[in-house]
Amino acid sequence: MPRNIQLDEQGRLRHFLSIEGLKRSVLVDILDLAESFAGVTEQTIKKVPLLRGKTIVNLFFEASTRTRVTFELAAKRLSADVLNVNINASSTVKGETLLDTLQNLEAMHCDMFVVRHADSGAAQFIAEHVLPHVHVINAGDGRHAHPTQAMLDMFTIRRVKGEFAPLTVAIVGDVLHSRVARSQINALTTLGVNEVRVIAPKTLLPKEVETLGVHVYHDLRQGLRDVDVVIALRLQHERMQGAMLPSEHEYFQLYGITQEKLALAKPDVTIMHPGPINRGVEIASEVADGPRSVILQQVTHGIAVRMAVMAMAMGSTPLEKNA
Amino acid sequence: MRLHIRNGRVIDPANNVDTVQDLWIADGRILATGSAPADFRAERSIDAAGLVVCPGLIDLCAHLREPGQEHKATIASETAAAAAAGVTTLVCPPDTDPVIDTPAVANLIQQRAQTAGKTRVLTLGALTQGLKGSQLSEMGALKAAGCVGISNARRPVANTMVMRRAMEYAATHDLTVFLHADDPWLSNHGCVHEGQVASRLGLAGIPEAAETVAVARDLALVQQTGVRAHFCRLSTAQSIRMVARAQYDGLPVSADVSAHQLHLTEIDVSDFNSQCHVLPPLRTQRDRDGLRAGLAKGTLQAICSDHQPHEADAKLAPFAATAPGISALETLLPLSLRLAAEGVMSLPEIIARLTHQPARLLGLEGGALGVGAAADVCLFNPDENWELTTEHMLSRGRNTPFAGWQFKGRAAMTIYNGEIVFERETKD
Repeated sequence: MPRNIQLDEQGRLRHFLSIEGLKRSVLVDILDLAESFAGVTEQTIKKVPLLRGKTIVNLFFEASTRTRVTFELAAKRLSADVLNVNINASSTVKGETLLDTLQNLEAMHCDMFVVRHADSGAAQFIAEHVLPHVHVINAGDGRHAHPTQAMLDMFTIRRVKGEFAPLTVAIVGDVLHSRVARSQINALTTLGVNEVRVIAPKTLLPKEVETLGVHVYHDLRQGLRDVDVVIALRLQHERMQGAMLPSEHEYFQLYGITQEKLALAKPDVTIMHPGPINRGVEIASEVADGPRSVILQQVTHGIAVRMAVMAMAMGSTPLEKNA
Repeated sequence: MRLHIRNGRVIDPANNVDTVQDLWIADGRILATGSAPADFRAERSIDAAGLVVCPGLIDLCAHLREPGQEHKATIASETAAAAAAGVTTLVCPPDTDPVIDTPAVANLIQQRAQTAGKTRVLTLGALTQGLKGSQLSEMGALKAAGCVGISNARRPVANTMVMRRAMEYAATHDLTVFLHADDPWLSNHGCVHEGQVASRLGLAGIPEAAETVAVARDLALVQQTGVRAHFCRLSTAQSIRMVARAQYDGLPVSADVSAHQLHLTEIDVSDFNSQCHVLPPLRTQRDRDGLRAGLAKGTLQAICSDHQPHEADAKLAPFAATAPGISALETLLPLSLRLAAEGVMSLPEIIARLTHQPARLLGLEGGALGVGAAADVCLFNPDENWELTTEHMLSRGRNTPFAGWQFKGRAAMTIYNGEIVFERETKD
């Protein structure tokens, strides 16, 4: 295996690029630290001084509101200075390469880049080329990975369910194009859940997806049987154009999460969605807004989890975690 | 130059020779083998003891980047690299800028190669004007200008009727069509093999069917038109089976493989290694084994470099945004020799696929060392251990996934048209 550039010589987190290649203990550390920060975000004074004097750059090559905002809030609650840089296609049109952009920003003495980019592998590429003291957090690269989203999902599952070992988790929908799904699968298998299922038509599943450690279902009703957690994935409208699906109507009929289909799952099933949701396409409103849904809690947990990842990568965790 | 090559192991598959004997060269030709010609006074006598003496290598595909992309490489730089790699004849595909769709461009490349004087450069003419896939090129004129075949390079001819007409017209001119089997709708801007690595890394995949669908279509058209066809750079085991079947049925079809496809697989992409970004993509272990078996059985007649030198920046980006291709001339012979070490084929069989067999499918006399043949000769030490370091590459392009690999055997001397065009300095 190639060396894991996410870890330093002592095996501590240096960059956070992908769940793949991280041990269970690292993931559990992230969840534990996030739990301690979750308290912070619920206080009236929501700041801790862990990253005072540090500069964090949100480097977004792809549009995003929620992810960028939660990263920004997380950084500010750690008392870091935050710079938001949104780079659209125009800089590439000018002939500036990704490396040029990076070097220009590095010249401003930043300590961390939070990167979102449309190309798979972009965050790793940046991590391979930054100065040694700069840390990189992947906020979504192409179809590859979105590890902080996966960790906030794990945080939510642990809060609701307590432990991972007995759980059967179903991920429903467009796994093929989903960086979230890839990271969730890696996180769930690393944390040792009983079973991970993916449920989708063949057109929305990557080739040889079972090599990722999942069971494949094409029939939603079969796949939902006795599951503890259902994660619905967003379906992009453009999938209709690419001959991936006939219509949103048929998709909802066959793969939309409805109250009626959920009757097949465990009675205490938890419903999740990385957002933004398409009501009436991948999920019925009554389910999204219903008592089993934790969709809004996921968003809240995003702040604490991102605080934890940033603090750990910068080597600035509270004292008891360093012991 | 009058040369006497002494005591080398002469491997000349075309003449079924594999024996230690001397070789005499004069006036750019092989003057004698085995027993000395009368009154021969050598200007240079070369001690080849311990070396293999074989025909100069014939590479069916090397992108020289000139004209049009001189910031990547030039004819002078790449033919020098070819000479250092034991290559004495290389074929330049038509996707230069401008495209080789007029005799003027073909002539320009020939002239520059002659000025450089390091190796013979042959050209493939464009199948369609501008490689656009709609209008036939002036194949008659291209043939007259010396093009040894025609091809649409890596630009697929999507319109089946255009392909049919192009094949018919090529057959009219007795030209071989060099085909790159790729269904553009199926490959759909992918950058890696559609398989477990693509799924894991979230990279857009190119399915096996992108190649096999195109092979099936083109084989059907070959059967209809009777044109002589050569499939370039096949990458899947399934295509090898299809081509083998067509050959069994008597269709005039040949095929080649690039040296890197015989050694690398999709697994080598695992860490987003952009040096392994190639088209067609690196496929599975099973495909690699199928390619090796196809080569050993003779379904594939040639190993080529598919040399694609790039400037450093072209590989410095996230994987999908990098330029595909390997600077491969200098690893053609070493990677091929590895096949002998790994028990895939014997040394003479490997040399045949680098010399005599590609010559035959180009309709050339070359690739042999019989008396009277052009004196294109490669001498290499099959036991020399060495490590590839990019700093020591002669090609302008240093883009290779093989940096740091340990190899056994590389060219020690290259003779082109009876002149020594390359001689490796020995360390001691």
